[in-house]
Amino acid sequence: MKFTKEHEWAKLEGDIVTIGITDYAAHQLGDVVFVELPSVGSKVTMGKTFGTIESVKTVSDLYAPVGGEVVEVNEGLEGNPAMVNESPMDAGWIVKIKVADAKEFDSLLSEADYKKICE
Amino acid sequence: MANYIPTTPAELQEMLGAIGVKTVDDLFAEIPPELRLQGELNIPAGMSEPEMIRKVTRLAQTNETVDNNVCFLGGGAYDHIIPSVIDHLLLRGDFFTAYTPYQPEVSQGTLQCIYEFQSLISGLTGMDQANASMYEGATATVEAINMATAQTRRNRVLVLQTVNPEYRRVMSSLNTPLGVELISVPFEDGAVDPAKIQEALNDQVAAVVMQYPNFLGGIEDIEKISEMTHNAGALSIVVANPIALGLLETPGKLGADIVAGEGQPLGIPLSYGGPYVGFLAAKKALLRRMPGRIVGRTTDIDGKAGYVLTLQAREQHIRREKASSNICSNQALMALNTTIYMSLMGREGIKEVALQCFQKAHYLKRELAKVEGVSFPFTGSFFHELVVKIPNARKVIGKMAKQGVFAGIPLDNWFSNLKDCVLVAVTEKRTKDEIDHYCNLLGGFING
Amino acid sequence: MAEPLIFDLSKDGCRGFTLPALDVPEVDPADHIPARFLRQELPLPSLSELDVVRHFTRLSRLNHSVDIGFYPLGSCTMKYNPRVNENMARLAGFANLHPQQPDETVQGALQMLKTLEESLAEITGMDAMTLQPAAGAQGELTGLLIMLAYHRKKGNHKTKVMIPDSGHGTNPASCAMVGYEVVNIKSDARGGVDIEDLKSKLGPDIAGLMITNPNTLGLFDENIGELAHLIHSVDGLVYYDGANLNAIMGWTRPGDMGFDIVHLNLHKTFSTPHGGGGPGAGPVGVKKHLEPFLPNPRIQHDGKKYHLQTKCRESVGPVLASVGNFLVLVRAYAYILVNGREGLKNVSAYAVLNANYMMQRLKKTFDLPYDRFCKHEFVLSGKGLAKYGVKTLDVAKRLLDFGFHAPTIYFPMIVEESMMIEPTETESKGTLDCFIEAMEMIAREAAEKPENLKNAPTKTPVRRLDEATAARKPDINYFQKPE
Repeated sequence: MKFTKEHEWAKLEGDIVTIGITDYAAHQLGDVVFVELPSVGSKVTMGKTFGTIESVKTVSDLYAPVGGEVVEVNEGLEGNPAMVNESPMDAGWIVKIKVADAKEFDSLLSEADYKKICE
Repeated sequence: MANYIPTTPAELQEMLGAIGVKTVDDLFAEIPPELRLQGELNIPAGMSEPEMIRKVTRLAQTNETVDNNVCFLGGGAYDHIIPSVIDHLLLRGDFFTAYTPYQPEVSQGTLQCIYEFQSLISGLTGMDQANASMYEGATATVEAINMATAQTRRNRVLVLQTVNPEYRRVMSSLNTPLGVELISVPFEDGAVDPAKIQEALNDQVAAVVMQYPNFLGGIEDIEKISEMTHNAGALSIVVANPIALGLLETPGKLGADIVAGEGQPLGIPLSYGGPYVGFLAAKKALLRRMPGRIVGRTTDIDGKAGYVLTLQAREQHIRREKASSNICSNQALMALNTTIYMSLMGREGIKEVALQCFQKAHYLKRELAKVEGVSFPFTGSFFHELVVKIPNARKVIGKMAKQGVFAGIPLDNWFSNLKDCVLVAVTEKRTKDEIDHYCNLLGGFING
Repeated sequence: MAEPLIFDLSKDGCRGFTLPALDVPEVDPADHIPARFLRQELPLPSLSELDVVRHFTRLSRLNHSVDIGFYPLGSCTMKYNPRVNENMARLAGFANLHPQQPDETVQGALQMLKTLEESLAEITGMDAMTLQPAAGAQGELTGLLIMLAYHRKKGNHKTKVMIPDSGHGTNPASCAMVGYEVVNIKSDARGGVDIEDLKSKLGPDIAGLMITNPNTLGLFDENIGELAHLIHSVDGLVYYDGANLNAIMGWTRPGDMGFDIVHLNLHKTFSTPHGGGGPGAGPVGVKKHLEPFLPNPRIQHDGKKYHLQTKCRESVGPVLASVGNFLVLVRAYAYILVNGREGLKNVSAYAVLNANYMMQRLKKTFDLPYDRFCKHEFVLSGKGLAKYGVKTLDVAKRLLDFGFHAPTIYFPMIVEESMMIEPTETESKGTLDCFIEAMEMIAREAAEKPENLKNAPTKTPVRRLDEATAARKPDINYFQKPE
């Protein structure tokens, strides 16, 4: 599992990267009330926004840790956005991207480096 | 001179002492001397309350009002009957000296009123939801366009030429800086031929903006236009007169995606143009594109029902540089004004106001048809406003004004092809005698 | 018990108002309007007049307001709203004018507007004003449209506007609405604009600087002259957010500080009421070289009569379909007449006195991040209470139990756990002392009985509300309950 300075995590399985926000981010945001998801089949670019996440009082952009094609979105978040708070690193995942360039994934932060950012 | 400052000279000294300075001037010490105001402001010295009242009242008395004249002016603002109850309630300090309900626990009055406003507007327009209100009709329409361009990611907007020309000017000021291209679709016979809209529709078009009833009083086929608009993947924006909706089918049922409009007809004094209130309602899918404030019903920690500002992450001051709207507040007191009006008039009352407007305007038309020289350039259906052609119109309505009748708005202000045409509005407030007098006076000036 | 919704009070057959009987011969609407455009049902309630009066009276009693008690909401200037101004706005000669009446029938209205323009221009040190914008945010937008028009005319290629990190959230939002990119400028250790940071970001692409002075920390930026000079050196314009004008009236003027564009909030400084969130008015003033760009219509006087002039070639165009929120402007006009030049200077003197008095006393109990004389407001931090598990939000909620409105909280964002307190000039020392004592008591409670804060409020019409569910399953329309 890798991380970004935008407080997202990315997990690579085969050529599919699952993306979500970190525990730290979920705590900072507070109660998540809505996640704007991209459409399946759309293309995303590393470092560019692909959606937004809203809490009661704020809204944040979601940035693609890697480029590629969106192959699945967590539809459960539509009816139950609270899942992002309850299980940010697991059931509260956001999108799955078929990665175009595996090197992009390798360039992300390690857990240790990410932890330093949060301090 | 004002007496709104309660601090006594003794308290002043005590407070300066607590702060540790000698004079109030010391508190302004960090303002560099070259930036200080030298001497006094060049405005008059203060006056007592009675002196001010005398001065302001005299100024007000120099104006001709719709009370001591007879008003047939419309064009977006209408002289309706206003129940006395409304102003008594608006003058409750708990309403008008409160601010935005940032602390919901002590703002339930304002919040519940807004929830009721949102619901009443939704019901009146036939839409899924409405926001907490906008400044007025023109800026509500501007924001409707912002919603449509954001939703469709397109930037061309077709605007029927029968949309209020003052609104079209405001759109041109406020929508075009962000790259929106406004294309005007011309009218014939008082309304726009849907075939003309079909010609202009393509996959670049974000929205079609139409008015219902339109600026010239006519009734556009908003159903057909909305259908064409949807087929092109664009959104249908209807600018509606809320009083007309007492009689006319809802824009929601006829296919509108967004309804914007001016709430003034719902019990707000003419006020020389403001403050009024805009309303903005939309279909469910556009909820997160709605600008401004929205109030939601929820519960407190004891399970008691209560209201809060909700979906705040949409709001412009939260989104900062990612904002897609201009409004940061709402027009709460004026929204309350219309909420009280709709509650008092109720289902039967609003229907009756609409019906009386319709009847009296149609009576005026029948009577005017008997006046030699008067003609009607358009043949279509209308609600309570119509275009009348009068020989030497500007001269004649000038003479009518001198006789205490505001006879109508000359349309060549905005439409060069409507010379000698006047827009005349008739509300439920006009009496048969006033309408008869209008026709007699007009006949006299045309043929005298 | 909660007040029912108006819809739940409805009784078929009730009427709250009776119209005069129709006195013209009737026709059948169906003969004149196609059937598909005629409405079948109208989902509005039916109530008696007394039902309506009681419903809204009861609702009004659930609000906190300036009339009921202290309302120290920072940056909002919640001062007393003189009652006589309400009477002035209700004079038939102002309230009952149709916006399309010929100019010759509204000479008094136009004269009032022109005089108000001149007074506001004098107070701000500007050369020309428009009264049209409906609110502060719309004033900002108007000012930025003027900035855009100025650069376009000069052929300047400008894309960015500088905003200090203490700025109001509406500032960047207004920039976005005219297509300007925002460049954030840091604050320095004294709470002012970090000049070095500004210099490092200054270039030919800078269209202007938007700034509030005193800023949202309530601090006057002494370097404003130099800041204005720097921005002018790249042909940028300096924009004054007038939210905090209540601090400086009659003492210094934005125009003299080097500002080119100013917007005011009449509902704040000039005491036209806030109305639960509106209506307001956001006039915009400019220096001479920007006057041609002001919105139309302009009010002109030809020596004999006043006119509304719409043919202004270089104007940014109208931003509202009328001259502005006219009756709000009447109230501001009356307020200025009563106060006069010395009264307005006193307004700012006492606003600043009250704020400094409170600050000096409260800094003994709460953290004060910028300890220097403030202007009309100041910002405390509640971070010292974190050790008790208490947040600024809890302090705010506890204040409600004491009958006070809470300060503005969590703004400005550059202060952790911030509380922004603006007393205004119309509050007495007695009221300020009561508030200070409540704050001191709350600080003691935080240490001794933090649950009193965590559970607060308990004495309000409702207690803390579930905002998360409200946003997750929006119930915003009586007729459409969430699934």
